[in-house]
Amino acid sequence: MSALTDVLESLGARVTRSIHRLGFASRFLLLTLRNSGMCFRRFSLVVREIYFAGVLSLIIILVSGLFVGMVLGLQGYDTLVRYGSSSALGVLVALSLVRELGPVVAGLLFASRAGSAITAEIGLMKATEQLAAMEMMAVDPIARVIAPRFWAGVISMPLLAAMFSAMGVFGGYLVGVRLIGVDEGSFWSQMQAAVDFEEDILNGVIKSVVFGVAVTWIAVFEGYDAPPTAEGVSGATTRTVVTSSLAILALDFMLTAFMFRGA
Amino acid sequence: MERCGHGRSLGNFDAARRGAQRQASGRMHPFRASCRRHSVSTKPATDNLVEVENVNFAYDARQILKGVNLSIRRGQVVAIMGLSGCGKTTLLRLIGGALRPTQGEVRVGGISVASLNHDELFALRRRMGMLFQFGALFTDMSCYDNVAFQMREHTDLPEPLIDDLVLMKLQAVGLRGAHSLMPSELSGGMARRVALARTTALDPMLIMYDEPFAGLDPVSMGVILQLIRRLNDSLGATSIIVTHDVAEALQLVDYVYFMSDGVIVTQGTPTELRASDKPFVHQFVFGETDGPMPFHYPADDYGRDLYAKEAV
Amino acid sequence: MMNRKALDLWVGVFVAIGLGALLFLALKVGNLASFSTAETYLVKANFDNIGGLKKRAPVKSAGVVVGRVEDIVFDTENYEATVGFSIDTRFEFPKDTSAKILTSGLLGEQYIGLAAGGDAAKLKNGDKLKITQSAVVLENLISQFMFNKAAEGSKDGK
Repeated sequence: MSALTDVLESLGARVTRSIHRLGFASRFLLLTLRNSGMCFRRFSLVVREIYFAGVLSLIIILVSGLFVGMVLGLQGYDTLVRYGSSSALGVLVALSLVRELGPVVAGLLFASRAGSAITAEIGLMKATEQLAAMEMMAVDPIARVIAPRFWAGVISMPLLAAMFSAMGVFGGYLVGVRLIGVDEGSFWSQMQAAVDFEEDILNGVIKSVVFGVAVTWIAVFEGYDAPPTAEGVSGATTRTVVTSSLAILALDFMLTAFMFRGA
Repeated sequence: MERCGHGRSLGNFDAARRGAQRQASGRMHPFRASCRRHSVSTKPATDNLVEVENVNFAYDARQILKGVNLSIRRGQVVAIMGLSGCGKTTLLRLIGGALRPTQGEVRVGGISVASLNHDELFALRRRMGMLFQFGALFTDMSCYDNVAFQMREHTDLPEPLIDDLVLMKLQAVGLRGAHSLMPSELSGGMARRVALARTTALDPMLIMYDEPFAGLDPVSMGVILQLIRRLNDSLGATSIIVTHDVAEALQLVDYVYFMSDGVIVTQGTPTELRASDKPFVHQFVFGETDGPMPFHYPADDYGRDLYAKEAV
Repeated sequence: MMNRKALDLWVGVFVAIGLGALLFLALKVGNLASFSTAETYLVKANFDNIGGLKKRAPVKSAGVVVGRVEDIVFDTENYEATVGFSIDTRFEFPKDTSAKILTSGLLGEQYIGLAAGGDAAKLKNGDKLKITQSAVVLENLISQFMFNKAAEGSKDGK
């Protein structure tokens, strides 16, 4: 019996701890947003972080996008050809990518590559007292270290998602038209007829911006809150990837339900 | 004269600062109205730069400081010594305004640190420098950029002038040739010295050192010892050193405060402490393995521990 | 650390590629190029049954997209559906144009097909089409087929 109450107690403790952390994280986000003035006055700080978060993620995003698009092409053809609708392959590939796979998969990849790197970097800066040193030198570390990374993530995410989708469409084209032999004209024309700019593409961009905010917020917070030890930083990095991934999938569901109702 | 190298830099910096101030929008001193310290040579209202009065500090129900009283005169080099966990670093952070005392007051230059608002506190911190335990250099920029950091952030000095000043500061610590290296390429002692150059970049009036001798080889140790004293005297600054390297500290400092378990147990000049007959001080100064601080962590009777398993 | 110029260059390239990808998606993959900025005029038509017609469905004539369905409203006066759609101003239609609801492919989405009449006067903004044909409802088609089959069978039997 006491074992059961112990389990319940620890569960309750974990829940309250999570809620505490969530509150702290929210305050932290507000603090970051309030201290973002320097980011816009000295945009070079943000540019530098866009390089580390965005540019260095390019390869993985482009290659993954290509492969996802190619797989969509193969699997999509396999299914559509049974109903004689193989000319709709372009529609299938494009809509899957633009609406869902682009923002979500790019978000997951971004979380694991750039998000974990941001967490590790900030955590390490905290562990080696660099953030404390900056504070003692009368430079607010949130304005100078955290906020640029946050905005860099928010800016990079939609661009990466767009690149992922574009590469995916190209991959689908390569497999469908070049490899399998679906008619090129109907591939593009049906796609263009079916994919609506406002409903599909814009919604996909909105999704990727939301994901960018979520992933980068989690990444900078976990880094800032990490215990200043080696295990602390590594645990924080893992938590960033896990929490970001779950957040992306949950937000995706909510956004999809909201945006694509009855479409 | 050896000292002139650094003394000259002091003169240049102030002159440059005054000149830049005439042109600039007063970015260095946003806090003009009530800050007496914005004049270059501060006329002290009191002879004590730092006063810690009856300070208590607790963290999460753990009482770390239990009524600490100390005062540090201008121009002094003071050591705060004690075992790990006695609250020395907490004291430094209270002086720097990173923490607020739960009771009591910490005054720097006559003004209570805890009563300052964000901007005032940051203005105060520009006149203070802190050397962290392992240097805490920013790993994403070169040594040059590290030293130039405060100058670029807090002043409007033109780059050529900053260049001269940075090289001067690095010259004072003997690492001018290493200015383009990244912190990861430096040895521990070198990193500590560059950090020292960074700490003194804006010629602070109060310099705090957190375990400056920890983990250094004898040569670097000697260099740091010499630099602490030289910088303090040539800048006309006050230095607080938190350490438990007794031999080094006693040969360097003017005054020593001894802390144990959150209170000051004894204080005095190095000579007084060496001659002290208090057993705790004696054990600490001469590094005795056993005394008021026992060698053994509290445990049961040894014999019982050894034979207990056999009995089972 | 990379020097500033190289950094800025790569970030610029990154942002350029990103925006390019977005543009590619918008123009080549989506339908932005076709209709967003054209000027249109609104026309209405009543249907008994709109079937699966949705907003933003295309309006085609001779198979070419000439407009979009803007709104679908239920008319409580004569219990019909009033469909409002916009036609590109480049295309003028005679006043006696008829509108049919057609299906693209066998199971595809439904759209409005316009067949031009012969009237000299042209449709203007706010006009209503007089001749319409509703969507084909599959159930009606099947029951009609079965009815026909049954009638045929009984005729043969006699």
